[in-house]
Amino acid sequence: MASLKALKLRIGSVKSTQKITKAMKMVAAAKLRRAQEAAEAGRPYAQTLERVVASLAGKVQIGEGSSPLLAGTGKQDVHLFVVATSDRGLAGAFNTNIARLARRRADELIAQGKTVKFYTIGRKGRAALARIYRDRMAHGIEPGDLGKLTFADARGYADDLIRRYLNGEFDVAHLFFSTFKSVLAQEPTEQQIIPVQVKVSATPSADSGMAAVEYEPDEESILAELLPRNIAIQLFRAMRENAASEQGSKMTAMDNATRNAGDLINRLTIEYNRTRQAAITTELVEIISGAEAL
Amino acid sequence: MLHFELVTPERLVRSEDVYMVVVPGTEGDFGVLENHAPLMSTIRDGELAIYRTQGSTPETIRIEGGFAEVNGVGLVVLAEAVTG
Repeated sequence: MASLKALKLRIGSVKSTQKITKAMKMVAAAKLRRAQEAAEAGRPYAQTLERVVASLAGKVQIGEGSSPLLAGTGKQDVHLFVVATSDRGLAGAFNTNIARLARRRADELIAQGKTVKFYTIGRKGRAALARIYRDRMAHGIEPGDLGKLTFADARGYADDLIRRYLNGEFDVAHLFFSTFKSVLAQEPTEQQIIPVQVKVSATPSADSGMAAVEYEPDEESILAELLPRNIAIQLFRAMRENAASEQGSKMTAMDNATRNAGDLINRLTIEYNRTRQAAITTELVEIISGAEAL
Repeated sequence: MLHFELVTPERLVRSEDVYMVVVPGTEGDFGVLENHAPLMSTIRDGELAIYRTQGSTPETIRIEGGFAEVNGVGLVVLAEAVTG
């Protein structure tokens, strides 16, 4: 059995760990609220853009002249996995879950004989993937604090992706991130971003009433301008979702850690008291038997 | 009144009923009043002029990287960045 002094020290150290995890939980909770608000504030833009792009893409004929962002390269050989994680750990399974989904999909595609490359946004995802796919890492970005990312940053990543796409570095790009469902549930998600996947609704809803929409300049040019922007907004949305998911995951993880530390302290305290009582009893027995011997 | 919305990727900047908005379209400025015909247009970097009532002094907002849609509901302006 450990000595009294060792137990006391141990309890002290677990207590200070608990203080730290508790503080981290509070910080995550505060940041989560802000991240959630930010994610919601970005929705009107994303929804409007998505609706416009879908209605335009439905009207434009895909042919020789159409944008490769819409039409694709005509091949499906090289897949680029854009894996968005965070730069920081201590957020439960947040980073691991995203990396695991990417790995599973990558193995599927590799088994089909496709080439898979990784483009990581976030240090943690890069670390997890580079261990297995050392020679497939195309590029890595370290975005820093996810909550502070602006649209301009996302635009920069999107421009880089589009440049690589037009250079023929890949045929299809998939984006991996974590969708924020609730504080307790964050779902790793895959989304194809290049070429743009258009959800053409079977029954054109809101637009059908307005038969003649005027276009300035024309459908093709508008689409050509909106498609790159659409990719940027998808990336931006993924970052925002990730930021909220990361804080949610961190909060849960730190809450668990705080609770575990509490349990550990209780156990150690019981052990400490037991040891102390045992020591007192031994001492008493010694004194009494000493007195009896006289 | 014309229902006017100005949104950026970061937030919803404006959502209000106004009299008229003058939009700096790529092919020239155009004013949007109530019941404007459906229209989609790209926007050059420039200033939106918002007239709250007929004949009032316009309020201007500088936007960059924009796109405008006029539909049955009103006017929606998407902008990458908004200043002022």
